[in-house]
This record gives sequence, C-alpha cells and structure tokens, in this order.
Amino acid sequence: MHIVDGALSVPVLAGGAALAIAGVAVGLKKMDYDHLPQVGILSAAFFIASYIHLPIGFSSVHLILNGLIGLALGWAAFPALLVALLLQAVFFGFGGFLVLGVNTLNIALPAVLVYGLCRGGIVSSSPKVAATWGAVGGAGAVAITTVMVAASLALSGEAFLLAAKATLIAHIPVMIVEGFVTGAAVLLIRKVKPEFLNLSEEWEGG
Amino acid sequence: MPQFLEHSGSSWKGQRLKHEPSWIDTLDPRIRVASAFVFALIVVLSNDFGVLITGLFASLLLAKLARLNVKRTLRRVIAMDMFMIFLIVMLPFTTPGEALFSVAGYPASLEGLLHALRITLKANAVVLMLLSIVGTMSATTLGHAMARLKVPDKLVHLLLFTVRYLDVIGQEYKRMRRAMQARAFVLRSNSHTWRSMGYLIGMLLIRSLERSERIVDAMKCRGYKGQFYLMDNTVLARQDYSYMVICALFFSVLLALNFV
Repeated sequence: MHIVDGALSVPVLAGGAALAIAGVAVGLKKMDYDHLPQVGILSAAFFIASYIHLPIGFSSVHLILNGLIGLALGWAAFPALLVALLLQAVFFGFGGFLVLGVNTLNIALPAVLVYGLCRGGIVSSSPKVAATWGAVGGAGAVAITTVMVAASLALSGEAFLLAAKATLIAHIPVMIVEGFVTGAAVLLIRKVKPEFLNLSEEWEGG
Repeated sequence: MPQFLEHSGSSWKGQRLKHEPSWIDTLDPRIRVASAFVFALIVVLSNDFGVLITGLFASLLLAKLARLNVKRTLRRVIAMDMFMIFLIVMLPFTTPGEALFSVAGYPASLEGLLHALRITLKANAVVLMLLSIVGTMSATTLGHAMARLKVPDKLVHLLLFTVRYLDVIGQEYKRMRRAMQARAFVLRSNSHTWRSMGYLIGMLLIRSLERSERIVDAMKCRGYKGQFYLMDNTVLARQDYSYMVICALFFSVLLALNFV
C-alpha cells in the first residue's frame, strides 16, 4: 500500500500533498481534545494491524483496517493515518518522506468515503445488516485505496500501468479478509461499546 | 511479502531509544528533521545519476556515523525495497525504447532500466537518511521538534498519544492472542478465523479506549487542559551551526551537480 519515494512524478506528489493537507486540516478542526485518545488508539491500531498476518489460501495478508478507522472517526481519519504513516516512515523505513502526502490521501480518503457511505448501514437496528455494511466498508476501503494507489502510479507514467493493474489483482485477497474482519469488529463494538462508533448511549439496537 | 522481512512493531519501544549513542544525538532535533526534509526534496527532484549516487553515499555515511544497528537497518531497507520490487522489475519491460535484452521474448528497454535504477537509488537514499538522522531520536523528541517547527498543536498531541498507545495496544494484542491460543485457536484460512480476529480487534480497540479514558481522566485530575509544556532546551549550540554549514555546502553541491 505504501508507495516509496522517487516513484511518483512531481505533479502527483504535489497534488497528493495539497489534498492531504486539506484533509488533515478538516480532520483537525472536527476533532476536539476529548477525542484525542480515541483517535490516537485507532492511529496506533493501524500501525499494529500491519503486523497482524492472516492466512488466506496458500499465502497470508496483513490487515489495513482503514475501513474500520473511517467508520469510527470520519474526517479525523486523516490526522490519525498521517501520524501512523509518519511514524512508520521515520522509525521503520516504510514508504518515504515526500510521498507521505500521497500515501495519507490514498489511505485516508477511502476511510472518509466509507464513513459517508456505510455510516447509515452500521447504525441499523438489525445486527446482520450492520455487520454486512461493516464488511462492505472494510472491503470497500481497501478497494478504493488500491484503485487510488494504482491511479497515482498510472498518473506518474504510462510505464506504470502494468504495475498498477498488478496491484489491483494482488489486493483482492486483502479485500476479502478485511471485509470479514471489519464486519465482525463492527458487530462486536456495536454490542459492547456503541460510543466507539459515536452511537449515542440511548441508541437501541443489537 | 515473506513474513520474516516484515518489520516487527514489537521491536520498537517508542519512548526509549534503542541504538548506540553517537554524535548525531547531540544535534538539535529541529535541524535534523529540517535537513532530512531538504535532503529528500533534492534527491527526489533530481534525475542525474551523479546526484543520486552521491546522495546514497551520503546516506550510507550518515548511517555509519549514526551507528545504526546493521542487521535491523538492512532488514528495514530490504522490506522497503520489497514493496516496490514488482514495479521496479516490470519497468524495463513496460517502458518503450531501445531494446537492451529480452526475457522470454519480452524486450527490456534501456530507458526503463535507468528509470527503475533511479527509483531504487532515490528510495534507498531517502529511507536510509530518515532512519539515521530522524529515526535515531525518540518519538517524544520528534513530537517536540515538530511542535517547535510550528506543526499544529493537535497533530503533535496526537503523535505523542499514538506513540504511547502503540506500546499499550501491542502488548494487549499479544495477551489476547495468547489467551486464544490457550483455547486451542489456530489461524486457518477460513471465515471462522477471520471473524474471530475481527472480534479480537474490536475488543482490543474497546479495551484500549477504556484505558485511554482512564488516562485522560487522570491527566485532567492533574490539571491537563489541552496543552503540553515543552520544557527542553532549544538553544542552538556550536555543533548545530557546524552541521548546518556542512549541510548547506553539501546541498549546494548536490544542486550544482544537477546542472553540470
């Protein structure tokens, strides 16, 4: 999912950075100090997810969790993911420095989109419907991210087209696993602590 | 990607430094962050091989000076290279141009090969530089440096919180996995496994949130009102100025090489 420094063209880098800064600004505005711990936890969860490996078929994939982060945070997903990606780049050499903007945009924008699309579904009174929407959100976020990664590559040069297509195909198993995991996580969180998904305390469901 | 090449988040202690002390630790963190940024900017925007190779050598030199753990650094750099391996391997075959050699009937072009080489050089130079001059400071110091560089307060707070929770969540995750193993849960490729892991992640988040709420309450009880005080010394010392001069000279040389 992370693109390294040097691969993308300058307009893509600059455009990605500008949009990411705008997203982070909106996110910071919508996030108050009382929510900081929750945002921090999800930011850390993204980091940890990258070393949770789940088997699928003969191989294994690691979780991304940007769908779940989006469902819980909305716009605050932007600052949360920027911080996680910055820490990964600086302390683990994941990705790079100047592509931070593009990487943040590619992972956080799908999270926000999923929030907009699936939010209505996960507050449904039927747990089955909610879990399904959670799964759609989890798989959908990975799908959009993959398309955006492929697009950033394709926009940087036609020579990248094949690699972009390969990225798309390689991530189908990730989408399947992510869908199951996010669906189950939504189901559990709804039951145990609905405030986590910003559902009010009087909310009746599940 | 093979699992042994992945980073292990557990090897990182966040607030505690785990590397040999070197002169780089004596430099002001703001200058380290700023110089890494300028270096990345110059290297990524350059296309001249002289610049890129000089940049990579400078990174290697700094990695040596910063006394990075060779094995750990190598693993991280290789893991980063694995991210883009397909991209780099495919490039010679997808870039149109003069054919250099061919594999199984597909011609590889010189232009594509050079492009692939350039990406590899840039990515490695930037990552090595980051690991040696920014990655060697504690995450808390990084947060403070960012605050001094006028990064929005909330973002800095978020960074500091995240660093704290990384440890907490990582340990909690291991604890819950062990509990599952004790109940004979084995990871398999089926929906039961994925669903159980989903429940695990849900529970993990909830437990961490409840914990964080207690932390915030404790902080409020001690007078926290949305501000951390930066108490570290921010006066630039002599070695900072010498480092700045060296950086300025080196960056000018890199820029000049582009136009030779």
